[in-house]
Amino acid sequence: MANELAAHCVVSGVAEGEVIASSQSISFWGGVDPATGLINDPRHELFGQSIAGKVLVFPFGKGSSTGSLMILELVRVNKAPAAMINIKTEPILATGPIVCKHFYGKEIPIVTMEKSLFDTLKSGQYAKVNASLGRVIVRD
Amino acid sequence: MHLTNQEKSILSGSQGEAARIALQILVDLGEIFGADEMIPVTQVHIDTTIYMVDAGVEFAERMAELGGKFVVPTQLHPSAIDLVRWKELRVDPELLEKSRRIERAYLQMGAMATWTCAPYQQGLIPRFGEQIAWGESNAIAFANSVIGARTNRYADLMDICAGIIGKGPRFGLHLSENRKAEILITLEGFTEEMFTDRAIYPLLGFVFGEIAADRIAALEGIPSGVPIDSLKAFSAAAASSGAVGLFHIIGVTPEAQTLEMCSQGEPLERFEITPAMLRNAEERLSDNKIGRPDLVVLGCPHFSEEEFVLLAQLLRGRQIHESITCWVFTSRKVYSLIETNDILKELQLVGVDVFTDGCPLQYPTKNWSFHSAMSDSGKFVNYCYSQTGLKVVYGSLDECVETAVAGKLYKERALWRTN
Repeated sequence: MANELAAHCVVSGVAEGEVIASSQSISFWGGVDPATGLINDPRHELFGQSIAGKVLVFPFGKGSSTGSLMILELVRVNKAPAAMINIKTEPILATGPIVCKHFYGKEIPIVTMEKSLFDTLKSGQYAKVNASLGRVIVRD
Repeated sequence: MHLTNQEKSILSGSQGEAARIALQILVDLGEIFGADEMIPVTQVHIDTTIYMVDAGVEFAERMAELGGKFVVPTQLHPSAIDLVRWKELRVDPELLEKSRRIERAYLQMGAMATWTCAPYQQGLIPRFGEQIAWGESNAIAFANSVIGARTNRYADLMDICAGIIGKGPRFGLHLSENRKAEILITLEGFTEEMFTDRAIYPLLGFVFGEIAADRIAALEGIPSGVPIDSLKAFSAAAASSGAVGLFHIIGVTPEAQTLEMCSQGEPLERFEITPAMLRNAEERLSDNKIGRPDLVVLGCPHFSEEEFVLLAQLLRGRQIHESITCWVFTSRKVYSLIETNDILKELQLVGVDVFTDGCPLQYPTKNWSFHSAMSDSGKFVNYCYSQTGLKVVYGSLDECVETAVAGKLYKERALWRTN
């Protein structure tokens, strides 16, 4: 059954894909392999899993200001996530998708949502993210 | 966001495609984070200088091709390599070529070839209250906190856009109301004598950053005469363990001459740091089982004039042990000064190699057979294993020198280590 969740637009756009969800924060520099899109931080619960083409769900970004460059590289090699869902998005995380939009013409929408809604998202679900309308449609 | 007529005209392409893209990126970011307008900045520090991925080369080259020019003085963070002494550093042709392409693109846009991670000391130094747009965590933390200049934590690529436009979106740390302390960290169990040991500052910074995370923290209990290089080491370590863009040290940093001044009278949640917490941080960061490091690394962030004078004194009449390589990283500016006054020659004669432009965390590991390193930098020891694969041991400048001369690990029974 499809479920509609209210979201707040951070970076506009529309995208869909399989959900990959974590309760841990993610650093795109030192946390994701920019050549493959695999989570490569051995301390991360998603270690070894691919974020390429997925709707990546994590509470917030962390770490180096180089993360934005790594997102641009993931887009360049077609290994970027389709969309991202956070509880809070900080400027360094938003910079990557904004640059991608204006430099490669590729959209990676980002939305934020209330923690109670965020917590309902699980890996393996399928999500349609419409950031521009502030809406995420999820089905199991 | 309110845009001026000139900004609207840039967005419609009047000043070329590079300026249009750059401003569009800055405006989008400003819209998301509540900026009301763009704020002029006097200078920019670009962090997107180390070759890591091809997207970085493409972005710099494309912006240069599209006619992008920096409209305010725009300085450069280190390259991955020493652009002059790359042969001695055993740099691969591919890394050299990519680094040269990045260099060409930025110079074509009019960048200043500072190539330093200590721009607040060895580059374009801002003054108190100046609005600037800087990338690189250690530089941002130092400029905001120790100098009292104002910058957000500019992400890679956004720094380039700020240089092309000469402005940044007005939000966050550009504004006075967002610069007040949110928590207070006090030092408990420290004696005055402990602060004379420079080895405590990187560890204090590391623990401070862990506690602060992404909050603005005030620190109470540091003596007012703390050396500038110790503040540099503190700042770099704090910004490597936490998302620290601004900190206050009461009685030391300009926006915190008193607690009242940086808290603006509001009560703050309190935390404390004890010598035991520094010992614990050293245990986590430093592998003391390393009996003899192959490599001693100094200059993370880049070594200053004062640090070179200290190093030359410590090494006078002595020799680096044949089993140990000792590398110091600095800026072209400081290099030219020590080249002129013979400190460089003196150091080279006793076995020290000095590099410019580059970053010790980016040297071409696979062309060297090192297994372990020692450094006096909290930032270096924090990132060393993940970036270079080397095991690492932490020690003060004195301990690094004693180790390098003796050819085996030397650690002092420092007061903070024993009490």
